[in-house]
Amino acid sequence: MSKISLELGSGGKLMRDFINEEILQNFRNPYLEELADAALLPFNIALTTDSYTVEPLFFPGGDIGTLCVNGTVNDLIVAGAEPRFLALSLIIEEGLEKETLTKIFHSIKNAAQQAHVLITTGDTKVVRQGQADKIFITTSGVGEIIAHPSPPQIKPGDKIIVTGTLGEHSLAVMVAREEFGFEAEIKSDCAPLNFLLPLWQEGVLWMRDVTRGGLASVLIELADRLPYSITIEEETIPLSPPVRGACEFLGIDPLYLACEGRAVIVVKATAQNQVLQKIKAHPQGKTAAIIGEVATSPGKAGELLLKTISGGWRRLEPLTSELLPRIC
Amino acid sequence: MNELRNRQVISSLLEIIAHKTATLPNLPIRIMEVCGTHTMSIHRHGLRPLLEERGIEMLSGPGCPVCITPDAYHEAAIKLVSTNSNIILATFGDMTRVPTRVGSLQTAIPAAGSQVKIVYSPIESLNLAKAHPEQEVVFFGVGFETTIPSIALCVKKAKEERLSNYSLLSALWIIPPPLRAIVSSQDTKIDAFLYPGHVSAIIGEAPYQFLADEFNIPGAITGFEPADILLAISSLLDLIKKGRAEVINEYRRVVAPQGNPQALQIMAEMLVEKDAFWRGLGYIPQSGLKLKDNYQEYDAEIKFSLEISPEETHLPGCRCGEVLRGKISPSSCPLFGQACTPASPQGPCMVSFEGACLAFYKYDYQN
Amino acid sequence: MCLGIPAKITELHSNKQGKVDYLGTKVQVDFSLVDEVKINDWVIVHAGFAIAKLNETEAQETMALLREYAQFVSTIDKSKKQNE
Repeated sequence: MSKISLELGSGGKLMRDFINEEILQNFRNPYLEELADAALLPFNIALTTDSYTVEPLFFPGGDIGTLCVNGTVNDLIVAGAEPRFLALSLIIEEGLEKETLTKIFHSIKNAAQQAHVLITTGDTKVVRQGQADKIFITTSGVGEIIAHPSPPQIKPGDKIIVTGTLGEHSLAVMVAREEFGFEAEIKSDCAPLNFLLPLWQEGVLWMRDVTRGGLASVLIELADRLPYSITIEEETIPLSPPVRGACEFLGIDPLYLACEGRAVIVVKATAQNQVLQKIKAHPQGKTAAIIGEVATSPGKAGELLLKTISGGWRRLEPLTSELLPRIC
Repeated sequence: MNELRNRQVISSLLEIIAHKTATLPNLPIRIMEVCGTHTMSIHRHGLRPLLEERGIEMLSGPGCPVCITPDAYHEAAIKLVSTNSNIILATFGDMTRVPTRVGSLQTAIPAAGSQVKIVYSPIESLNLAKAHPEQEVVFFGVGFETTIPSIALCVKKAKEERLSNYSLLSALWIIPPPLRAIVSSQDTKIDAFLYPGHVSAIIGEAPYQFLADEFNIPGAITGFEPADILLAISSLLDLIKKGRAEVINEYRRVVAPQGNPQALQIMAEMLVEKDAFWRGLGYIPQSGLKLKDNYQEYDAEIKFSLEISPEETHLPGCRCGEVLRGKISPSSCPLFGQACTPASPQGPCMVSFEGACLAFYKYDYQN
Repeated sequence: MCLGIPAKITELHSNKQGKVDYLGTKVQVDFSLVDEVKINDWVIVHAGFAIAKLNETEAQETMALLREYAQFVSTIDKSKKQNE
């Protein structure tokens, strides 16, 4: 491959190969080798970074400002760290309306307050018209490690919880793009997951935020690390009617849709009910549900299986390419 | 219409099917689902293993437009968008991932000012042409009779509105001819057909009659919900038991016996039959459609002098052709699951959401 | 690509354009291929076009048949249990 294609950026096999061949080869060290979204460093520090290129900038329920705070904050939370400090890098296209920037900053301010983080440093660059699409934001975040996710402790019978209805962020962005000629009362689920932090002390073994690639991608990645299979039930997966409807119309599988304020949690079997109740007690977790479990059958080690509404089983495979580009 | 997905209804129908196959000789009963969307639905609901346990083997047929469109069309589209400026190539999603000798539409690097745009409806391509008068919009229109009238209608509107920057790169296919080719070749034993519900909404019941009359094979038109599919299979088992070859309509809420007259009329007005080359099936006479002469200026093949001379090209070892004929099952292809996986597809049957190989790979968790 | 969804017509204009609603999602639809439809009718929507009108009588008959089937097996189960 002599040129970087759009497909590389969509997170599938090309991306994985790229990471292994280019990134790891050049920069290898024990922290990087974990290939985690947040690096767990000495001095109890967790560090993460992400770039935000969402198109359009504003969508129902959020904008690039809310995204650039919550996306980074959530990566820290699911790694077992309390988010504390952010650094923001802005690349702004010449000619961007000042008012747009003001609105974005307003959103960043509110999101940071909600997530209890401070914007401590940053950088601003302006490039010529046409050399960036309005604004790109890179957010790095530092958090204090307060828990240690422990996949090795996961065993058959442990439950899988999803903290709310799926796919709303993706569809909100699609609606905002006015593509496919469809409208729906869907708002992005973009939100900080701080309310999940105390659950690390209550029997939660592992968490991941459900972003690009959706629920299925997250669980496939988890299953890959386990000597067990993961089984989930289609009937239990929380989906709001407009998301269900939009997905049917467009022939999209909601299990692969990105969210920006939902997490998947693996919890000890003994703690499932109390953890679920605590999540549901929070406004952001009202639609949470137990959707499946770690299992020895059906399925082989490393597989994610779905029990369909018809009672049959099917295996969920990794997404090979982006369903929707520039979603976050 | 919740009954269509009701757990109780579905398990009852499965029970009934089991009772019926228990009384039939020569199991498994081999039923070809013609339409890619049926393949997708059967896979999505995990029905295939459930049916296999009850003596029914489902064969995937040629009704997957992504699967049967030869590489030459994709290569022409790729060439168009990567060597010409100011082209917007509008296309349906999974067409962009079919791997050819020159890569896929998705990995193609467009020329300056050109782009590939994924659309859900051909209307969007028309809107693009109106919104971007300085660009040439080419709609890569691929489909069977369900989609063909809509594609044709957009060209008609383009002409009525005198749009000069709109054209159609067409790969339009008709369902009955490949079915004749498949049963004539006697490559595969087929006991019954499941006919595509929405193609039938357009063409009606009559076009399938020859399969019952000339080849003695019963078939049922049906919808795409699990209960629709199972109900149709149950009815087909009755016909098989009685030795009656008929075309039955189990989708009467949508399919009128005569089809959709407006849609048929548009097709007759704007399109003419042509011989066409199908991946895996070769040349089939009068099996494709193209724009009539008075719509030539909207035919992208003519407008851009694209030379599409399809031949049986495929990546080495790919046996999608035999899969599409129902001759082999995906797992018999030596590339299946090894070199050919959803992450690195070697042929369209592994790319398309409706492809047999992809469905097989995904649901067959027992292998 | 036969994907077609049953949806209810919510808007219909004289130029044969309009909208349908399915579970709260509204989509723009072209009605040129169907005759004599009105608001609140159900149609099958494929790739932005209505390609057929849903026949409500036939739909109800099919649903009734499916409900009957559901009960049929409950009867088999009951008699199985009685014989055990």
